[in-house]
Amino acid sequence: MSLHRITLKVNGSTEIVDVPGNWTLLQMLREKLALTGTKNGCASGECGACTVIMNGDAVNSCMVLAAECEGAEIITVEGLSKEGQLDALQKFMIETGGIQCGFCTPGVLLSAKALLMRNPNPSEYDIREALAGNLCRCTGYNRIITAVQKAAAVH
Amino acid sequence: MVVARKEKTAGPVGQSVLRNDVLEKATGAAVYTDDIQFGPGLLFARVKRSPVPHGILKKVDVSKALALPGVKCVVTGKDYPDLMGLYLKDRATFAVDRVRFIGEPVAAVAAVTEEIAEAALDLIELEIEELPAVFDPELGAQKGAPLLHPDLENYVHPNFIFPEPGTNISNHFKIRRGDVEAAWPKCAAIVETKVRVPHIQHVPIETHVAVALADDKGKVTLWSSTQSPFAQRAMLAKTFHVPESDMRVIATYVGGGFGCKAGVTMEAIPIALALKVKGHPVKFRLTREEEFYTNFVRQGLILNLKVGCDKDGNLLAMENTMYWDGGAYTEYGVNVTRAGGYSSTGPFDIPNVKTDSICVYTNHPSGGPYRGFGMSELHTGLLQVMDMLAEKIGMDKVEFLKKNVIQGGDTVATGMTMHETGIKECVDKVAAAIDWGKKEAPTAPNKLRGKGIAVMWKAPAMPPNAGSSAIVKMNSDGTLDVSIGGQEIGQGTFTAMAQIAAQTLGMPYDAVRVSGPIDTKYSPYEWQTVASRLTWSMGNAVRLAAQDARQKILNLVAEAWKEDPKDLDIQDGVVISYKSEESIPVKDFVVYGLPKENDQGWIGGPIVGTGSFMPTYVTGLDPETGQGPRAVVHYTTGAQAVDIEIDKETGRLEVLRAAAAFDVGKAINPDLVAGQIEGGFVQGMSSAMFEGAMLENGVWRNPSFVDYRIATTMDVPPKIDAMFVETAQDDGPYGARGVGEHPMVPTIAALANAIKDATGVRITNPPFSAEKIYLALVDAGIVK
Ligand code: FES
Ligand code: FES
Repeated sequence: MSLHRITLKVNGSTEIVDVPGNWTLLQMLREKLALTGTKNGCASGECGACTVIMNGDAVNSCMVLAAECEGAEIITVEGLSKEGQLDALQKFMIETGGIQCGFCTPGVLLSAKALLMRNPNPSEYDIREALAGNLCRCTGYNRIITAVQKAAAVH
Repeated sequence: MVVARKEKTAGPVGQSVLRNDVLEKATGAAVYTDDIQFGPGLLFARVKRSPVPHGILKKVDVSKALALPGVKCVVTGKDYPDLMGLYLKDRATFAVDRVRFIGEPVAAVAAVTEEIAEAALDLIELEIEELPAVFDPELGAQKGAPLLHPDLENYVHPNFIFPEPGTNISNHFKIRRGDVEAAWPKCAAIVETKVRVPHIQHVPIETHVAVALADDKGKVTLWSSTQSPFAQRAMLAKTFHVPESDMRVIATYVGGGFGCKAGVTMEAIPIALALKVKGHPVKFRLTREEEFYTNFVRQGLILNLKVGCDKDGNLLAMENTMYWDGGAYTEYGVNVTRAGGYSSTGPFDIPNVKTDSICVYTNHPSGGPYRGFGMSELHTGLLQVMDMLAEKIGMDKVEFLKKNVIQGGDTVATGMTMHETGIKECVDKVAAAIDWGKKEAPTAPNKLRGKGIAVMWKAPAMPPNAGSSAIVKMNSDGTLDVSIGGQEIGQGTFTAMAQIAAQTLGMPYDAVRVSGPIDTKYSPYEWQTVASRLTWSMGNAVRLAAQDARQKILNLVAEAWKEDPKDLDIQDGVVISYKSEESIPVKDFVVYGLPKENDQGWIGGPIVGTGSFMPTYVTGLDPETGQGPRAVVHYTTGAQAVDIEIDKETGRLEVLRAAAAFDVGKAINPDLVAGQIEGGFVQGMSSAMFEGAMLENGVWRNPSFVDYRIATTMDVPPKIDAMFVETAQDDGPYGARGVGEHPMVPTIAALANAIKDATGVRITNPPFSAEKIYLALVDAGIVK
């Protein structure tokens, strides 16, 4: 498999990566950039665990080819906190008990972040809809919804 | 002056302190097995699987696969014929001479990339002579059914498992109590029904991952996403003929377990490969599709129930015959059926009981532990029958339940005396929360509204001597390390253990560091993270270890101060004397000791506390009658109630309000208890509304999230009223009992009862999909 050289911005820093043409963004993040916060729950676009923000939108990184990311701006869970300051979403996910096993958490955080970036005042329905593709088997979801509402309130 | 012995500061037990694992989890720093980097020597495993449900394995030809560039080794059943199993040794790492389900491992490949390993699978040639298969446990249990395990009589098992060689029955648990035949004529109402509960899958968002490395002497290290590092060590050491101490299991955070990561499922496979390519770590990760059909499933159940009561609603007799679809291998499943047997009455006081809980081999995926361990399946049938009985004699359902639920001092059907339990309070709480008895108007004209209630019980199901241990190490910076062998799988056990250690010692909660990852080489022994047993069993060990450290600290200071340890206390990390009013921070001496007077040397030394706990009082039961002094350690009981609506035009079920209450003995962390209750309710609701394996001739037709739907943010009620009562458990730390599994146990029955209340139609068999409900409404003439 021939390698593609791509240049992109991940969490604000410019990265130059050589990746095989069949690799996904998820593989590139985890295996080339060691950003293992982004999780693989199905590798087929069905669980949301791999959600990252690409050019302002939440995407399933398992469904995006790495080679398509030339020039893209990516935000992963590792890029949410700034200089040790947690993002409000992280803070409220911790405080409301929206995290149990934590495997869905990075994807949930990035879907919620993308929502708040495009809609700072979402209704409860907007939040539930924005997170409908993020499966969580542990929490029962309501604490996650509350966390996003609280984060929106301080956004 | 002697200071008054003041009330101890409240301490963290009983407080909703923040979890100690969530900062890592919220920032992406938490390490799960798949996140560990192994460098360029890493090989990837893929598995060749049986394409047929039952057959004689005549030939496995791997020569072409071995010749593929990039393939480093291929292993088959011939390489590792040893049988393993937790409660019945009936399963080898790979099929040896017979395949018994579609997806059964037949061979495995290790290659330099996952793609090459996958490509090599197509080059493995199988020759299989198909045999007639068994897909129905009730038929499979009959004499003359195709036999799956002709060698059943040779399989090793403990003395509380009862296989019937020559049949497909791998365990038959019985209760014979009182005289059911004599009781039936005395009944004013009898309900007899058959309920089918389908297979479901656990669906942790993290699929199983394991990485194995063997060194040149054959010592093995396994990194594994597991609930059971120590059980894996024991089972895998035996299977691969390695001393237990040379089988090291390292277990990081687990991305959800719910039972499927207990025992051993796929972890033997990378070891089998790693032993042939020493020095190379070998990684095996299940795809989501493999996670569905090759992992433990919650076994299907056919429940034949007959229950009767007198005209006042007093339960008189129960006959309960359960056929469990155990699947191809029942090494773990046999104990699910045992638990289903000894708890088969549910939380009810019934004087005459005849139970047969029968585990049957079928050519389906292997059954195993699933949150609830048989109880959800059992309660799905039993609590619908109770609802029907109350209707039949015209009694309010809440009143009927309260009349019959088990109470402290009652005799359980196995002969054990029930301990005190607050199940009646739980019923009252959930009934009040949804305004039981008040008919609510539907929110729209096309909707039907109704309420349902169900109660539950569950005991930890485990060998009688499942143990726990803990180590507490004091540090010179005012912190302490708590080492345990139980796993953080999302339930919050690291937090609860930190609370118990801090409370017992008199240290602040923030000072406690729980040592992870669990590593069988360094962590103290823990049987498994299952059975909702950690808060109770590991909690006892942690409490004892903290007490041990505390006593050592007090003795040391007493010696230095020439005081009686009884006059000393530790509060907020400071040793104080009620007598002399002296005080000294713990951190000042717990590592370096204290100087004697006049520079005459030192006393003390690094303080380490240890603790072990094992229940010693669980007894065997008579194989024919199921009677014995104490079948289990204890039962956690509880109740759930729901207020629902059915859309007549679509059949869609919507939960408007949900309430749940459990008697947890003592809520070590009330917020974490609520988290379990909410999450468990939604998992139960999801299984009630959406979930079921579509198995056709052994083929799993819906092995993806698109076709096997689980609840999402859009499906859950906006609020789940999570409540608890606290009737202290005499052998629990601070009175605590477990509650991890219980919240999903009564949910299917509560929803079924609510559907009946709303529509007048009883649909007994889950899942209650919109389609199924709609068609039932059409059949009943409710919609045209
Ligand atoms: S891993 Fe990408 S959606 Fe599941
Ligand atoms: S916290 Fe476990 S899947 Fe969401």
